[in-house]
Amino acid sequence: MNRRDLLKTGAAGAMILAAPSVLRAQDTALKVGTYGGYFQDSFDKHIYPDFTAASGINVESIGEPTGEAWLVQLQQAARARQAPADVSMMAQVARIKGERSELWAKLDESKMPNVANLPDHFIHRYEDGSLNGTGAVSWYITLVTNTESFAEAPTSWQAFWDSANADKIGLMSLASNSFLLEITATTFFDGTEILGTEEGVLQVMEKLAEVKPNVRLWWRDEGQFQQALETGEIPMGQYYHDVTGLAASQGKPVRSTFPDEGAVLDSGSWVVSKASQMLDQAQVFIDYMAQPEIQAKLSRMVGTAPTVARDLTDLTDEEFAAVSSEKTPILPKYEIYVDRGDWINQQWSEKITG
Amino acid sequence: MSATVTETSAPRWLGLWPAAMLMLFFLVPFAIMLAVSVAHRDQSGFYEWGFELDSYARFMSGFFAKVMAVSLSVSLSAAAICVAIAFPFTVFLAQMSNRTQTLVLVVLLSVLALSEVIIGFALSTLLSQTAGIGNLFHWLGLIAEPQAYTPSLFALITGLCYIGFPFAVLVLYPPVSRLDPEIVEAARVMGASGPRAFFGVIVPSLRGAIVGAFILVFVFTLGSYLLPQLLGRSEDWTLSVHITDQAVYQSNLPFAAAMSIFLMLVALALVGLASLAGRDRGAAA
Repeated sequence: MNRRDLLKTGAAGAMILAAPSVLRAQDTALKVGTYGGYFQDSFDKHIYPDFTAASGINVESIGEPTGEAWLVQLQQAARARQAPADVSMMAQVARIKGERSELWAKLDESKMPNVANLPDHFIHRYEDGSLNGTGAVSWYITLVTNTESFAEAPTSWQAFWDSANADKIGLMSLASNSFLLEITATTFFDGTEILGTEEGVLQVMEKLAEVKPNVRLWWRDEGQFQQALETGEIPMGQYYHDVTGLAASQGKPVRSTFPDEGAVLDSGSWVVSKASQMLDQAQVFIDYMAQPEIQAKLSRMVGTAPTVARDLTDLTDEEFAAVSSEKTPILPKYEIYVDRGDWINQQWSEKITG
Repeated sequence: MSATVTETSAPRWLGLWPAAMLMLFFLVPFAIMLAVSVAHRDQSGFYEWGFELDSYARFMSGFFAKVMAVSLSVSLSAAAICVAIAFPFTVFLAQMSNRTQTLVLVVLLSVLALSEVIIGFALSTLLSQTAGIGNLFHWLGLIAEPQAYTPSLFALITGLCYIGFPFAVLVLYPPVSRLDPEIVEAARVMGASGPRAFFGVIVPSLRGAIVGAFILVFVFTLGSYLLPQLLGRSEDWTLSVHITDQAVYQSNLPFAAAMSIFLMLVALALVGLASLAGRDRGAAA
């Protein structure tokens, strides 16, 4: 859900200027919701026209608000048997919350052959095994540095703990968007399993608290951190791989590194409201989006990492490196922010940012 | 209209208009906030109407007591500094020509048009290591290496004062400009020195305005949630930052509402105390 903030980050937003306001409502249009701003504009421009041409299904583009407000709106509307959007792109925590309340329609896999292209972590099922969602877009959060302050790229997340980097680091301010618990667990505790219990979470937080003297800024605003990174004011931190690459390609002294332990792979998924009357068309759309060539197009045009395996796509090495990496990613443990969200948030405020 | 004979030019029922607006845009939202603060938080969704004090109970912790203390001390400091600078400034301003006064007031008013984001970014650049004032000090030989003055408590208070200062001046200006210069002259004739006349005559006779300016800046800065994020360290985050976190990122509206009500009650209590104190001393004098 932070992705819509991309809008603020200058050049990436340049594309939005050309946003077409076509694809307006018709009675038969499939309503597709994406995060308002950069994503919506990119989809309006690069995806929906071609989808309509290929399938004959018109699309009405809906901009979703940030946070979990959209989930709440879908829930309230579904009670009145309304669907403000048929298909929605949802952040994972919100998707799981919807899954728990059985808000998502069950999807028919036999009508969506391309979904088989997706890896397991992008196939979302109810407990009875029925499909309720698929991966839509994904992006990496990596270790970023200013190339003038750091001649050599760091190779490990452990750089955050290095006392030589005192007061030099910028990290995201929330447990649920920084995924620093997962990063710490993977770097020092052999993986994210330890986050399954409260004792484990506290143990990881204790380790993470050691970075506090090195952290100059716990940022919420992408623009603020990116500016500080580019000027060298805060020469190290965690940031989005795509935006960092874009800044570097414009001559800014920044670099994005996939650490040995892996970078964080965050994502949004497609789900269909159970109140939707257009399940068939929604399935055609989700199937269309799971095609390798569409994923490759998203990588080229929007800067997201492909949700399908790389060898299925025709991305060149350079194109692939701009959005992804072959290294095993760190997958966020989204469930813990659903099951223990308030508790983690409180501990985080007291022990990490407090 | 002609049926009712009124002594004022405006008909009485006109008073219903502001009353209705106040109801609609202040009391109703406040009542909703009160109701939400006792609603049941549903972690996997939103909230359900109900009556429970869980959100208030969660606030009763050492951690939030600390956050509340940070909020209050930051705003009190900013208010004190603003008034301490704005009062002599305004007295000085009132003695200038009308033209200069208008010019200065227009410039001050234009500051109010700047958004907090712009002020925050401008100050963080001004106080930065790479492009900031530290370089000037280094060039002047005052410090060995250019250094950063942000994020820090100093940067945060500076930002809040920048925003609060015009308000303080605007509250102080009308009474200061109406102050009869003969009062000061009388004090000087009776043998009071300049500073003595300032502190013994001007300050006491404008106590109400000073307290008013202090309260306004205090309340105004108490609600600031952007500057603490842009200019402060995480230990300087005010309660308003935590309220934003809960409302926007954790979708925990009951807790956010409960914290807001706490903040409001404490602010009201302090404002009440301040105006009481001002009145008592006034009566004793």
